[in-house]
Amino acid sequence: MSVDYMPYVREEKLPHMWCPGCGIGVVMKSMIKAFEDLEWEPEDTAVISGIGCTSRLPGYMKVNTLHTTHGRAISFATGIKMHRSDKHVVVISGDGDASAIGGNHLIHAARRNIDLTVIVNNNHIYGMTGGQYSPTTPLGAKASTAPYGNLEPAFDLVKLLIGAGATFVARGHVGNGRQLASFIRKAFAHKGFSFVEVVSNCHTQFGRRNKMADPMNMVNWISDRAVSQKKWENMSAADQEKHFPVGVMFEDTEQAEYCERYEKLIAKLREEQPA
Amino acid sequence: MNAASERVAITGNQALAHAVRLARTEVIAAYPITPQTSVVEEIAGFCADGLMNARFIQTESEHSSMSACIGASMTGARAFTATSSQGLALMHEMLHWATGARTPVVLGEVNRSLAAPWTILTDQSDSMAQRDTGWMQFYAGSNQEVFDSTLLAFKVAEQALLPAMVVLDAFVLSHCVEGVELPPQPLIDEFLPRREAEISLDPDDPHAFGGMMFPDSFMEQRYKIQRAMETAGGMIVEHAAAWHELTGRELKPLHEYRVEDAEIVALCLGTAYGSFCAAVDELRGRGVRAGAVRMWQYRPFPARPLREIIPAGAPLAVVDRAVSFGHGGPVAGEAKAALDGHAPVCGFVAGLGGREILPETAAGIFHALLENTAEPDRINWVEVRE
Repeated sequence: MSVDYMPYVREEKLPHMWCPGCGIGVVMKSMIKAFEDLEWEPEDTAVISGIGCTSRLPGYMKVNTLHTTHGRAISFATGIKMHRSDKHVVVISGDGDASAIGGNHLIHAARRNIDLTVIVNNNHIYGMTGGQYSPTTPLGAKASTAPYGNLEPAFDLVKLLIGAGATFVARGHVGNGRQLASFIRKAFAHKGFSFVEVVSNCHTQFGRRNKMADPMNMVNWISDRAVSQKKWENMSAADQEKHFPVGVMFEDTEQAEYCERYEKLIAKLREEQPA
Repeated sequence: MNAASERVAITGNQALAHAVRLARTEVIAAYPITPQTSVVEEIAGFCADGLMNARFIQTESEHSSMSACIGASMTGARAFTATSSQGLALMHEMLHWATGARTPVVLGEVNRSLAAPWTILTDQSDSMAQRDTGWMQFYAGSNQEVFDSTLLAFKVAEQALLPAMVVLDAFVLSHCVEGVELPPQPLIDEFLPRREAEISLDPDDPHAFGGMMFPDSFMEQRYKIQRAMETAGGMIVEHAAAWHELTGRELKPLHEYRVEDAEIVALCLGTAYGSFCAAVDELRGRGVRAGAVRMWQYRPFPARPLREIIPAGAPLAVVDRAVSFGHGGPVAGEAKAALDGHAPVCGFVAGLGGREILPETAAGIFHALLENTAEPDRINWVEVRE
């Protein structure tokens, strides 16, 4: 089924600033497809971002958008959601933005179970500033600040978010846009804090230093390692090392959402103590 | 010039990195931000290649970078970080802490405007916003001065027990290549030996740091910081003289161009000075005795040298690349106070968010002084659309 993307795109802002072959385009397309599937009107939707290549996405999207400071998009989004809990609030972020400088906000928003969707385009590197290693750069991979290989183990964002209390956690990748769009749609539809990790390619800053300068090489490197959660669980430990699971990794529809919990308390207190 | 010096073509950011290497800095903690990033990339490379016996930490935010530098400094290490704009703003809490803890951390600060709205281009609003944190501030005018200032910053910081910031214009210095003399290691070692911390975190001699101070002692601690700032002014002069002796290059609070007999003078910080010098020549060619001053040392504020340099009664235009909203340019306000009863001062604000300060811009400022169209009691906005 073809999707008409243009109602959600600020045509006057094109061409975009991303490198040819960048994975962020797949993420943007998947988001728009999900908006359309769910019939989210642009005026009822807000997309919030921080800093980095991924955070330039809202600039091209014809919905309510807010481009904020490095790491703080989730805090801004929390303020928006608390005042306009009837609206759809989505945060789009990169791995450095969301899990380094903004890591604290990420886990606390998840813990509250506030109804936001956070999508992290995980391309394993700080792209915009020139290829420094991030919290998701694989151990041993090269970066401009790790010329002989990264010494720091990477975050598993899915495990981190499940541990932090997110009630919907999925992982997709840019090699399978159709599947990614379905994960994003499910995340949008989920009531509570939802998180989608998108394993993505930055062939310019990550690939170039790690023998994958061509975008398709890096996308293939991602696609070849992506397996379903079920398949991954049945793999030997050695095989698991070489792959990563994709799918809806965790879902809990029983937990009360934070704004609703808040409303409920106000209603209860008003009932007990009429003005 | 020292015969063994190496002359290299490098950017201002690389000049910072080489100074940090030659200073034998032991701990560097930083977070990427444009236009600072190439400073720490270069340093990360030096560390990885074994050219520095140092530890490089890429932290998860600038707040953490400054915290790590303070921690390292408290163990007696020579510590450095570099940042810009939002990164410096995020460090703000820790900038105060570095001063209060009396840790001589040195910071390379690449001037970039603060958001919102976003820009990555230069002005001095980020560093000026930190003027009350107790950090010494040196504004470089060339890549060579970036290098020289960094060595001097370590020297004075470690003696005065105050942190110091070396400030350079984004892109104009940070990313442009100039010829820079790198003195040989023994010369640097002679000027800046290994840091000998008088008190540090030491298992063999335990101390408790960061405790609560009550009204009976807190104010004295603040008084000592101010005293240290005042003493640092003399140390800067003394060590700049030693640096001059070793390298033939001058570092001084104020640089002046054709000021001695000037009837009007303009003062600025950073690279805009070149435009003011060009405008001075042009005006002098037409018989107007103009002069220009560049402030290299902003903290401690060089009030006395300023009075000594500005001819009595000569109107002075102070050109700020920052605004203290609701008041005026930060340097203009301080220059006015320093020159009270000595020379009239008009404050100008120019070059925000990377807008160029060209020789024509500088000439316009001189003309406003000459033609008496500049107002002393308000901000004179330069080339601004209303």
